[in-house]
Amino acid sequence: MLKTLRDLLLHNREFAIGAIITGSVVLFSALSLFAPVPPETIFASPPDVAPSFAFPLGTTSRGQDELWLLSASIRNSLLFGIAVALISRAIASAVGLTAGYLGGWVDRVLMSINDTFVVFPGFPILVLIYFVFKDQMSWGLLAVSMALLGWSYDARLIRSISLSLRSREFTVQSLFSGMSTPRILLREHLPYVLPVVFSTTMNNINWSIGFEVTLSVIGFTNLETPTIGTMIYWANQHSAMISGTWWWLTFPVIVVVLMFIGLYLLSTSMNEYIDPRSRLARLRG
Amino acid sequence: MRAYGLYFIKRVLQFVLVVFIGINIAFFVTHATPIDPVENAINSMSAMGHSDPGSVEVTRQALRELYGLQGGIWEQYANFWKRVVRFDFGPSLSAFPTPVSQLIATALPWTLGLLAIATLLSWLIGNLLGGLAGYFRRSLTLKTLGVAAAGLQPIPAYLMGFMLLIAFAFIWPILPAAGAYEMNREHGFNMAFLLDVARHGLLPVLSIVLVSIGGWFIGMRALVSNIVSEDYVTYAELAGVPSRRILFSYVLRNAMVPQITGLALSLGLMFNGAVITEIVFGYPGLGNLLVKGVYAGDYSLIIGIASVSIVAVALAVLIVDMIYPLLDPRVRLV
Repeated sequence: MLKTLRDLLLHNREFAIGAIITGSVVLFSALSLFAPVPPETIFASPPDVAPSFAFPLGTTSRGQDELWLLSASIRNSLLFGIAVALISRAIASAVGLTAGYLGGWVDRVLMSINDTFVVFPGFPILVLIYFVFKDQMSWGLLAVSMALLGWSYDARLIRSISLSLRSREFTVQSLFSGMSTPRILLREHLPYVLPVVFSTTMNNINWSIGFEVTLSVIGFTNLETPTIGTMIYWANQHSAMISGTWWWLTFPVIVVVLMFIGLYLLSTSMNEYIDPRSRLARLRG
Repeated sequence: MRAYGLYFIKRVLQFVLVVFIGINIAFFVTHATPIDPVENAINSMSAMGHSDPGSVEVTRQALRELYGLQGGIWEQYANFWKRVVRFDFGPSLSAFPTPVSQLIATALPWTLGLLAIATLLSWLIGNLLGGLAGYFRRSLTLKTLGVAAAGLQPIPAYLMGFMLLIAFAFIWPILPAAGAYEMNREHGFNMAFLLDVARHGLLPVLSIVLVSIGGWFIGMRALVSNIVSEDYVTYAELAGVPSRRILFSYVLRNAMVPQITGLALSLGLMFNGAVITEIVFGYPGLGNLLVKGVYAGDYSLIIGIASVSIVAVALAVLIVDMIYPLLDPRVRLV
């Protein structure tokens, strides 16, 4: 595992660039652990200060030091994305492995449900959920709702790998040596799909952070938790573009776009590593 | 013909399943949660000042009736389906007494138009450029385009719209920032109105197209570069078939088939993108209506939009699925 990562870093340019960008963003988010005051405290600093030596990223109209605020925001956004990705990966792996291994009517039923979730328009449903829960809409509830909407595409991918594993000899051998179905899936098949699960995780983190940003910017999440989305929301509320406090909007957008691109590069280059055909295509160039 | 009938029935069943599960989720979210929309509405009304208990009780009864919340849970469930099937969600609270269905009917064409144009454009451009990039592997222009398309892809529709808005309506104001047409313009099928609509639609369409081209581009490039090494392509090359014909009739035609399936699967995501883009540009479609409904606490409107969105997307998927056999004759043979 570590050796693979080292080789990818040395020989795959996309992976290296992705790792550097994502690594820097993660380091920046870790900075929030050393914040002098809780970053969401308002009017702890003079408002509307342009980026300067004392305030490298300026301060907001609500009197927050943007350096610490941004760092805490990207940390919360990242944690949120990871939470959604973990839950939805668990569902996708369970559905994909079961459908591919059992086949028959189980497969047909699971895949029909799967295709249903693939085409669902998630946005109106999430807005509906927000509308019902309003103030009770917590971080966890949003993460679970989003995970329930975001597993389906990758379940199909996992199923396709699981289908090919089913006819391999070691599966037959484990079956004949009396292993139960859950054990075969967990002990024998799961390790084979883990690389794919890992690369889809990056994409899923991107998807969920993007969604969270969208919902927050319209004001449909808990607005007191600093995330990239709520930062943009408050900047819009104070018309940052018009009143000239451009740093309030520009920096969060830059950081989040960097992170999207970093995670995306990691995911595609890992995909390339997993799928030998594209590696060949690369050699033929 | 029998095989086509079977395919048709399967697709229609899938459509029914999407609508069934979707509407059930909407019902579950609104009815099985401990939160009561009527109490919510009354709380926000009575927060403004004091009101006597008698009139609160009357309001409570009226709202229950309005929202279809009277009776047991099964009666409510039946009511909910009746509303969806009849496309009648009662009067809107924020635009009383206009029916919700009328509000949705005025907004829906804008959303569908935006969605259809943006989806078709990004599908066509992405697949064409991706196909060319897979066929002409050494072209530097196409390689650069590929990197650009892939780099734009992970950016969510909202941020893309936002950046375009700042760039082209603010820093360099050449395009309108909001709306679908000039405020005082007469509606009608004349050149001036259509041009106006096109001018207003340019940025929303562009922002959706820019983020969604990448997926088609990368997918098509991979498909084409696999097909190019197939024996029948080599054979056609050796037999002296003109390369334009190889590209279009031998390579692209075959590579297109999985991309049509992809088109059907991507419609839900595209719908999200379109709705979100509308909010950025103040476009008068479903997305804007949805957000306004939430701000105004309009319960029936929100349920109406969520239900209609589910049915509309499912229907669009069904239509794409119906086109599929025309392009892939194998479906008719099986």
